[in-house]
Amino acid sequence: MRRSSDGRVLAGICAGISQKTGIDVTILRIGFVLVGLFAGFPVLIYALAWLIVPLNTETTNIFSRAVADRRGIRLVIAIIPLVIVTQIVVSLLHVSFVGIISWPVFLAAGLTILIWRNASEPERVWMHNDLVPMLSVGSEGPGRWKVILRTTAGAALAVGGIVVLVLGHPSTAALRPLGGALLVIAAIVIVFGPWWLSLVRDLMAERQARALAEERSQMAAHVHDSVLQTLALIQRSAEDPQSVVRLARAQERELRAWLFEGRAPGSIGDEVTNLAEGVGLLQRHVEADHGIAVQVVLVGDCPLTEGLRALLDAAREATVNAAKWSGAPQVSLYAEVEPGAVILFVRDRGRGFDPAVVPADRQGIAQSIRARMARYGGTVAIRSAPGEGTEVELRMPVPQ
Amino acid sequence: MTETRRPRIFLVEDHAVFRAGVRAELGDAVEVVGEADEVEAAIELINERIPDVVLLDVHLPGGGGHAVLNGVLPHHPEVRFLALSVSDAPEDVIAVIRAGARGYITKTISGGELLQAVYRVAAGDAVFSPRLAGFVLDAFSHGTAANQSGTVDPELDQISPREREVLRLIARGYTYKEVARDLTISAKTVESHVSSVLRKLQLSTRHELTRWATDRRLI
Repeated sequence: MRRSSDGRVLAGICAGISQKTGIDVTILRIGFVLVGLFAGFPVLIYALAWLIVPLNTETTNIFSRAVADRRGIRLVIAIIPLVIVTQIVVSLLHVSFVGIISWPVFLAAGLTILIWRNASEPERVWMHNDLVPMLSVGSEGPGRWKVILRTTAGAALAVGGIVVLVLGHPSTAALRPLGGALLVIAAIVIVFGPWWLSLVRDLMAERQARALAEERSQMAAHVHDSVLQTLALIQRSAEDPQSVVRLARAQERELRAWLFEGRAPGSIGDEVTNLAEGVGLLQRHVEADHGIAVQVVLVGDCPLTEGLRALLDAAREATVNAAKWSGAPQVSLYAEVEPGAVILFVRDRGRGFDPAVVPADRQGIAQSIRARMARYGGTVAIRSAPGEGTEVELRMPVPQ
Repeated sequence: MTETRRPRIFLVEDHAVFRAGVRAELGDAVEVVGEADEVEAAIELINERIPDVVLLDVHLPGGGGHAVLNGVLPHHPEVRFLALSVSDAPEDVIAVIRAGARGYITKTISGGELLQAVYRVAAGDAVFSPRLAGFVLDAFSHGTAANQSGTVDPELDQISPREREVLRLIARGYTYKEVARDLTISAKTVESHVSSVLRKLQLSTRHELTRWATDRRLI
């Protein structure tokens, strides 16, 4: 069995079972939710399946990656004292129904941590783009009524729960064991508290390190696109002092703008707001700076998003690569706006190369194209062979 | 190509330098039967000499390329026109194609490709530049089919999924041969798809065609 990546609501497990057995997916989903509400254990089974069953587009499951994630495992272990606390409180209050549910739900929550941390890149991007907005607490636009609804429902439930608890148990009987329970909880917090704190601190440090690495790679991409490209051009026009001066001056201006005004070099400025303008600007820049004809065909148009700006930056890099390496006098750039995505092809009929033997330090493809696209959930495919020219395919999802 | 004799070519172009350039590029592969640099002379000479293919500049003094088409095709529908332009402006494309040209290429085309395009048009096939392919995709893919007069076959208002694939590859800069290899079909099939699209382009009343041409400026 495989998890379905296109029919999914959450992990794609119901869709996967439905594809395997032929049972209608909606019935399966309703069944899962109902049983989950009353028993709790399906939630745990679901989380386990998410962990163990690979996605239909992948060969490995998340579990195989999660066993190496020591920090994630520590987080899961840190949840266990929480479960114990809940169980103590629940048994004292004699609401065994909550007790039955809480075990599997807490364990499932623990597994979700492992899933979140160890999902493959495409699935992470999917979760980030499609699941996180569902949970978002942003209070503007169309999401606002959701927040109000959820807050109201949550408050009502909480008040109702407290009322049930307080009314259902005579205070004299309930308060004494509650005091004991508080002591036990306090003990657990004192014992485990510092450890939890250190975990949280670790997580924060990890996030900071990741942000730093991302910033570094963005900076490397910018430096590559501007400074390194210009240096290569200067080397090539060493016989022509005038154009060396011109190139150096333009580069200086660009670097100053970047360092002191914060305008990233080599990227499309804010004054450009739609795809057609961006592609036109890209064409003019590359033609002027690199002496290659860029033949542009554009089908459709749409406003630029952050992702599409990254797509244009990557496309410019692909075009400049064609100018520098292919030896072809012309490069074709084709962009089409599809429902839900923009797809862009950069193609030359030059000498081509073997994509398998590009040295790892060639920043161009790795940083400026792949990393740039991946940052916004885009994909890159490069087709080339020696003597056959090169085609770079870029696809960037666009919210509809 | 299967042509046994050299195609007879007529050049309509107001720049003498460019005419000489085209002659040199085509060389002995074709027989140039005449030249003209403005509309009236072109119509007269073409109707008299009946060439296989007319290489027609879109921008001509005295009425533009489509005036030549209108002056020749009613009398000699067998003459095939291949439009040449520097600009690729949508108005130019739509005007000459709708007036009956079998193909549209830009002047940046290489000598070999130009020769191939001439042969193809001489054989009755259509020639699409990447830009023209993109234009058809744009005009036919987006929005619903809106038929202004309602009198024309609705078939003409849509392009098939296969035709769309072919056009996409052409728009990406693929040659017919490369399109055929990519889609694992024969070059002949590619040609028939393109010809069918050309027919739709000429006969369709889809209002997107005209709207596209007037809305879109050069990018």
